[in-house]
Amino acid sequence: MEYFLQQLINGITLGSIYGLIAIGYTMVYGIIGMINFAHGEVFMIGAFIALTSFLALAALGITFLPLVLLIILAVAMIFTALWGWTIERVAYRPLRGSFRLAPLITAIGMSIFLQNFVQITQGARVKPLPPQIQGGITLMDSPSGIVVQLSWMQLIIIVMTVVLMTAFSLIIGKTSLGRQQRACEQDRKMASLLGVNVDRTISLTFVMGAGLAAVAGTMYLLYYGVIDFYIGFIAGVKAFTAAVLGGIGSLPGAMLGGLAIGLIETFWSGYFSVEYKDVAAFSILAIVLIFLPSGLLGRPEVEKV
Amino acid sequence: MASTAQRWTRDPILSVQHLTMRFGGLVAIDDLSFNVGRGDITALIGPNGAGKTTVFNCVTGFYRPTEGRIVFNRGAARSDHEVETLTKSGRQYQESQDGGIYLLERMSDFRITATAGVARTFQNIRLFGGMTVLENLLVAQHNELMRASGFSIAGLLGLPGYRRKAAEAKDRAIDWLERTALLDRADDPAADLAYGDQRRLEIARAMCTNPGLLCLDEPAAGLNPRESTELNELLRSIRDKDGVSILLIEHDMGVVMEISDHIVVLDYGRKIADGDAASVRSDPKVIAAYLGVDDEEVDEVEEDLQAGTVKPTGPQPTQGGMA
Repeated sequence: MEYFLQQLINGITLGSIYGLIAIGYTMVYGIIGMINFAHGEVFMIGAFIALTSFLALAALGITFLPLVLLIILAVAMIFTALWGWTIERVAYRPLRGSFRLAPLITAIGMSIFLQNFVQITQGARVKPLPPQIQGGITLMDSPSGIVVQLSWMQLIIIVMTVVLMTAFSLIIGKTSLGRQQRACEQDRKMASLLGVNVDRTISLTFVMGAGLAAVAGTMYLLYYGVIDFYIGFIAGVKAFTAAVLGGIGSLPGAMLGGLAIGLIETFWSGYFSVEYKDVAAFSILAIVLIFLPSGLLGRPEVEKV
Repeated sequence: MASTAQRWTRDPILSVQHLTMRFGGLVAIDDLSFNVGRGDITALIGPNGAGKTTVFNCVTGFYRPTEGRIVFNRGAARSDHEVETLTKSGRQYQESQDGGIYLLERMSDFRITATAGVARTFQNIRLFGGMTVLENLLVAQHNELMRASGFSIAGLLGLPGYRRKAAEAKDRAIDWLERTALLDRADDPAADLAYGDQRRLEIARAMCTNPGLLCLDEPAAGLNPRESTELNELLRSIRDKDGVSILLIEHDMGVVMEISDHIVVLDYGRKIADGDAASVRSDPKVIAAYLGVDDEEVDEVEEDLQAGTVKPTGPQPTQGGMA
């Protein structure tokens, strides 16, 4: 029981990170129907920017932890958002209106480019960050010796994700910007005819997705303490899987899918074997897609007659 | 009659001049010129394939015309000199306090709605089906809202300036829902509405962009006679109450003849008639085009008409008759 609870906490934490990245995939897919394969790299860049700003702050002698966290989070979000905007501007916008596969291939190219760019400029070696936030709440201390602990870091990640998800759902559901995005998602041409600046709306979507990926990157850095240029690939594939599992195009779906993938992975490695955790996650994806082709919360695409 | 007959030449809100649109070797529109009078309901009619929708696509920026100029003139009438100066300057538009001159052939699609104020609906309904009826009308007003909300930052914080704007937008939307008798459906997804209701919602949505000219592509298609009558009333009230000019493509001659102040008839991409309902109805070229007479025979028909062997007021062509 204690073991189960501990795995549950770990799984939710991991799932939160996946969920934050998955939103970037699902939003971009929703609005321009394209899989942004470079999104995992955006997450990786977010982690690197967070690390850089952390080291810069340390060099400046700012060590008050809450302030440091706030600053690196803000810096990472702003700069990663800028990366997201730039990627869309240089790699995807010129190809809008070209055939469907073109932006997909550019996205893969962009992903490889970003990986190599970071590898060359930052070096291929892993970058460690000593744990900053230690300790936590001991939820259960059983005589058998298994301690159930919710670390502060896990708590921060979960709370952060909940707050961001709520803010995000409000933006999409209640504001004019969100209405614009949903309108573009349904009929770009018509939205444009109602005076919606579609290009700007798409740019903002990339910016928002990149901002969330930056938060995920920062959390990853603080939680695991090591990053390298390759983390974006694996996290990206997982988050993409999460988005598909939840139903690509659906925001709550992305979150749910993220949680599901996180939990499956954690439980599988906890109870069976660590080596096969990815096999488990992808098998469940395959099984879900057989029975629910549009994912857990996705709307089936209805052919217009 | 004499004063209205002059309006589209005296005070045009839209002036299409020598418009030519070629797709490869196909000439869809051939040197077409016509005016839409300010405060008029103007109908663009013609047999299938005459190029009516292509004209719409040029006016609303879907296509860039091969040749020609499309002058949209909002507010007070402008002199030709002003239009010429603007054309030579290479700019897209020139605004003043009470409106402006817009060269639509130079502008891209969202600016035609957002800046110039030309709204459009399509033959096939293109509502945002997954959004509520009210949201459909709010999307159309997003430009003002975005400006007021400081790109949704002020909106999220709920600042008073934004809240006032948001309330205004909602009021306008509700006003249009009342006028289109859709108020009790405000929170339903647009896709759930009946066909006729969707048609009206499209017009309401276009009107929420605060246009000077409303372009409607077959608004009466698929409506039953009662809905057609309601549509006529709605269009008249848009013209009379809101002072918005209307350009419409329509196959339902009942609607066209009843509400149009001015009718332009196209055939094979060229204008074959231009005038008020009475004069167009009795124009032999129009009758020939609608009855499928060859070009060469038009002269014959005309002679016959003059000789009085054929009655000019032939059967009212209907959609079925033209196919």
